[in-house]
Amino acid sequence: MLRFIALRLVKAAVILIAIVTLNFFLIHAAPGDPAAVMAGEAGAADEIFLQQLKEQFGLDKPLLTQLGIYLAGVVQLDLGFSYRQQMPVAELIWDRLPATLLLTTAAFVISLVLGTLAGVLASARVGKWSDTLISTVALLFYATPLYWAALMAVLLFSVQLNWLPGFGYETVGGNYTGFARVLDIAQHLILPASTLGLFFMAVYMRMTRASMLEVSTLDFVKTARAKGLKPGLIQRRHIFRNAMLPVVTLAGLQAGQLVGGAVLTETVFAWPGIGRLMFDALAQRDYNVLLGVFFVSAAMVLLFNLVTDILYRVVDPRIRAS
Amino acid sequence: MRDFWSRFKRNRGAVAGLAILVIVVAVAALAPVLFPQSPWKMVQRPFLPPLTMDALPLGTDALGRNVLSGLAYGAQVSLLIGLVSTVVSLLIGIPIGALAGYFGGWVDDGLMRFTEFFQTVPNFALAIVLVAIFEPSVQSIIGAIAIVSWPPVARLVRGEVLSLRSREYVEAAILSGQKNSTIILRQILPNTLSPIIVLASLMVATAILLESSLSFLGLGDPNLMSWGYMIGAARTVIRQAWWLSFFPGFAILMTVLALNLIGEGLNDALNPRLSRKGK
Amino acid sequence: MTDTSSVLQIKGLQIALPEGADRPFAVDDVSYDLKAGEILCIVGESGSGKSMSANAMMGLLPDLVRPTAGEILFHDTDLLKLSEDALRDLRGKKIAMIFQEPMSALNPLMRVDDQIAEVFEAHDLLSPAERRTRAIELLTEVGIPDPEKAARAYPFQLSGGQRQRVMIAMALALEPEILIADEPTTALDVTTQAQILKLIADLQERHGMAVMFITHDFGVVAEIADRVAVMQLGKIVEHGNADEVLDHPQHDYTRKLIAAIPKLHADDAEEADTKKTALEVIGLTKTYRSGGGLFGGPERVVHAVNDISFKLGVGETLGVVGESGSGKSSVGRCLVRLQDPDQGSVLLDGEDMATLTGEKLRTVRKSIQMIFQDPFASLNPRSKIGRIIAEGPIAHGVPAKQAYAKAAELLDLVGLDPSAIDRYPHEFSGGQRQRIGIARALALEPEIIIADEAVSALDVSIQAQVLDLLDDLKTRLNLSLVFITHDLRVAAQICDRIAVMQKGNLVELGTASDIFNNPKSDYTRSLIEAIPGREKELAAAG
Repeated sequence: MLRFIALRLVKAAVILIAIVTLNFFLIHAAPGDPAAVMAGEAGAADEIFLQQLKEQFGLDKPLLTQLGIYLAGVVQLDLGFSYRQQMPVAELIWDRLPATLLLTTAAFVISLVLGTLAGVLASARVGKWSDTLISTVALLFYATPLYWAALMAVLLFSVQLNWLPGFGYETVGGNYTGFARVLDIAQHLILPASTLGLFFMAVYMRMTRASMLEVSTLDFVKTARAKGLKPGLIQRRHIFRNAMLPVVTLAGLQAGQLVGGAVLTETVFAWPGIGRLMFDALAQRDYNVLLGVFFVSAAMVLLFNLVTDILYRVVDPRIRAS
Repeated sequence: MRDFWSRFKRNRGAVAGLAILVIVVAVAALAPVLFPQSPWKMVQRPFLPPLTMDALPLGTDALGRNVLSGLAYGAQVSLLIGLVSTVVSLLIGIPIGALAGYFGGWVDDGLMRFTEFFQTVPNFALAIVLVAIFEPSVQSIIGAIAIVSWPPVARLVRGEVLSLRSREYVEAAILSGQKNSTIILRQILPNTLSPIIVLASLMVATAILLESSLSFLGLGDPNLMSWGYMIGAARTVIRQAWWLSFFPGFAILMTVLALNLIGEGLNDALNPRLSRKGK
Repeated sequence: MTDTSSVLQIKGLQIALPEGADRPFAVDDVSYDLKAGEILCIVGESGSGKSMSANAMMGLLPDLVRPTAGEILFHDTDLLKLSEDALRDLRGKKIAMIFQEPMSALNPLMRVDDQIAEVFEAHDLLSPAERRTRAIELLTEVGIPDPEKAARAYPFQLSGGQRQRVMIAMALALEPEILIADEPTTALDVTTQAQILKLIADLQERHGMAVMFITHDFGVVAEIADRVAVMQLGKIVEHGNADEVLDHPQHDYTRKLIAAIPKLHADDAEEADTKKTALEVIGLTKTYRSGGGLFGGPERVVHAVNDISFKLGVGETLGVVGESGSGKSSVGRCLVRLQDPDQGSVLLDGEDMATLTGEKLRTVRKSIQMIFQDPFASLNPRSKIGRIIAEGPIAHGVPAKQAYAKAAELLDLVGLDPSAIDRYPHEFSGGQRQRIGIARALALEPEIIIADEAVSALDVSIQAQVLDLLDDLKTRLNLSLVFITHDLRVAAQICDRIAVMQKGNLVELGTASDIFNNPKSDYTRSLIEAIPGREKELAAAG
């Protein structure tokens, strides 16, 4: 197990280096002077600053040397400087990261729990009206643009019904502390987390349903029936556990999309996370921030994949042994 | 072929999806006829609600532009970008998957590490970065969507080719002295067609969603009226003018839904026994 | 055995297939009894409906398949009329079942003892601790080595035979009155099969169960059955004591089936040494390595083919026989270079096939072709038959028109109508596809043909026809044949000489009659003794 984790960490590190390299070449592939690209929107930075950048990153040296300087910077957690915000990018991201982690984790838990539940339910009543209903709803969620669902949720629950706040992370000027603050944040979290979870809920539901149906045709389920086990027990102990394996794999693969979806959700709900940071950087063409957020979100995905891989090994003895 | 149609027809959702798609395609094709004026042109006072004027059934936006006309031209953009970017992803993914699956060994290792990298990278974030750096345009959007969408194709094709490669009829073809290129093109790829078609129909749907999300964030081609752009522009005025976000979003929803339904129908019709997951 | 009590009576059973199936009923008007303490074999080829009545009595019929008439009486209760709850109570307790694929019949994520303990749990018997103890006792009874350890193992850690023993232990747990065994040895090697058959017979005697044994193999019937029911297309065509049915079959179909079983009698081969050599294999070696490397853990090395040498005479049929994992298929694949051997040479007309590459390999390979096992996977489903056969010659420069004309001739030669040229593979049966595969192999006018389990996937009557065809073609075209098989009966029928392989090694090579009548190595002897039905056949031969 330890060797497995070590192996995966090395692999993750290689991918991160590849991403940094990709970022580096993107800066150079962009139209215009790399120094201007790093400084942000063309013309916004003054000559002195550009000159500083050129020296710092050795922009007049050969490309490989430049790459080395750039990589060395990232290793020291230096993701560049945002000229626009007058702050190091790493600091900007660090401030916003907790909000995004809270949002994506909540969305992930909601979608996984509700999605698999609905999938199990639908598979148990395959062909009946409740299955049709669940499957149709899932299909709709699957096709709904995330940001549009978010806007409609604001319109309905916040503007029309006034049930939930549709804006921000906590009540501005509320000055809540302790438990009251937790409750306030939780209230603000409900709409963004559930809209971000919608698409993934549909994905997990469809996967769970298909997987449950497939596993239930396997021979060992017939064995379980031949033993005289009750259907509920067969469902739980034999079918569900085996059916969850592909869902876990899928959850790992979908992590990247969850971070991407956060950009849209945070934009609509003015959620102060790295997604919103990315959106603001877009408008200002603040490339250092863009690339920094991209790098950090990739790191989050890698971490998440590591967790699902470990989970998979715990669940499946066959992988553990190989 | 008749067989295919009869199996496709059995899936009622798929038929409904096809009907919706036909309508969307027709609207896109007829947009210049139905709305000869540019969708960017101001035609009435701003924020005209739907159903207040017969000529403008869906009302006008913050700059007095015809929402219905925007929707029709937006259909063009969605379909064009969805289709072309899918074709480009197939052109990247199929050769990579076929080579990796057929030759195995270090070729497979190398190509799959490469694919894995693109699959691990958060694909929407990468698309944003790509379009932002290369400046929004139809080409950069199509390129960005293709770059983040091909890995599933490569993995699917590799898996199919890998299993077909050890199929006895392929081994017989090797023994009978056929060249590798002949074997890949004539013996193997034709047999991977059905799952590729199914995946492609789902990818068009995903590409349309991706394009609209990019446009929503302000990364659409500035010369083209697209559904995502319309919603993005209406985001800040949602409290005053709900219809500006509602209708374009609904159009996206229906189009994507239609494509997904068609994908499921194709799956039933082409892989009667197996239902594969594209994702 | 006393002919007193029937534990089970099936009367006029009819089971309907869903619409669009090849016939309306899976079984129709089937009646038979199962008596206490006997082993009844239900025999039939694939599609005969032999498993259907057993599945019906367990309530395990596939969706859309329903019993439509008749009754299944278990001690005077009609199982078909029983509620699902009542039937569930009988399952596992009174009637137990084991299946064909021990690989997939166990839950991959549960430990063996937990799966056995579930049988007690299902019927609310014993405490959890007692269940575990019983599980180990049961594993001991079915002869699993180190039962304590096996109990904590996951299924993937056991061999095929051990898994089937676990299934049997599970079935035995509640001392059922009836044990249904649905092709339980078909997926196993011949020596493992012999052990499992003996185990089932022993347990049947010790526990006094009635056993319903479903099989396609008359050898197994001869080995284990007290009584036999022969099924064809959903009907019982013959029914009686095992000895009577086997020795004096009454129905034409039974006669045909029994006649089609390859006889274990091997003719004395003509001396192969005097002939010209078609192929010489020297020191062929193939090793598989997995794992290893920087992080892969300990390297695993499998010697699939270990320093093997033999000669194949012109016009000779050499059998390569072994169980799964013996390396017999790897030998065949190394000969035609579908795999690259690590060492050794394969001399063919003075060329070393083992080291050729590129264009040279392509040319030389023309004279050594292969027939494959799976009639469904060996033809490209999207190509017409004509193209499938003509492709090879065309790739070697024969004009298309001429190649297609040749294809038509070849179809005729293998006993198919030349009009088949314009049809697709799915329009043909398994036996016909295998004939097409043979025609394809012949299209390049090879001198040597490698047949890799070429008849293993076929029903016994079809198998006999294809074997006859191969034998006939061999003589007519003066071919040399390497016949790879796990089935010693088939080898006995068709081979002049036989090479016996075990774990990558060639343990014995000799004329067929020497191998069968005078085996020199212990392993060969154990293989031959394990052939089902052999003792009966020997007794009959006097």
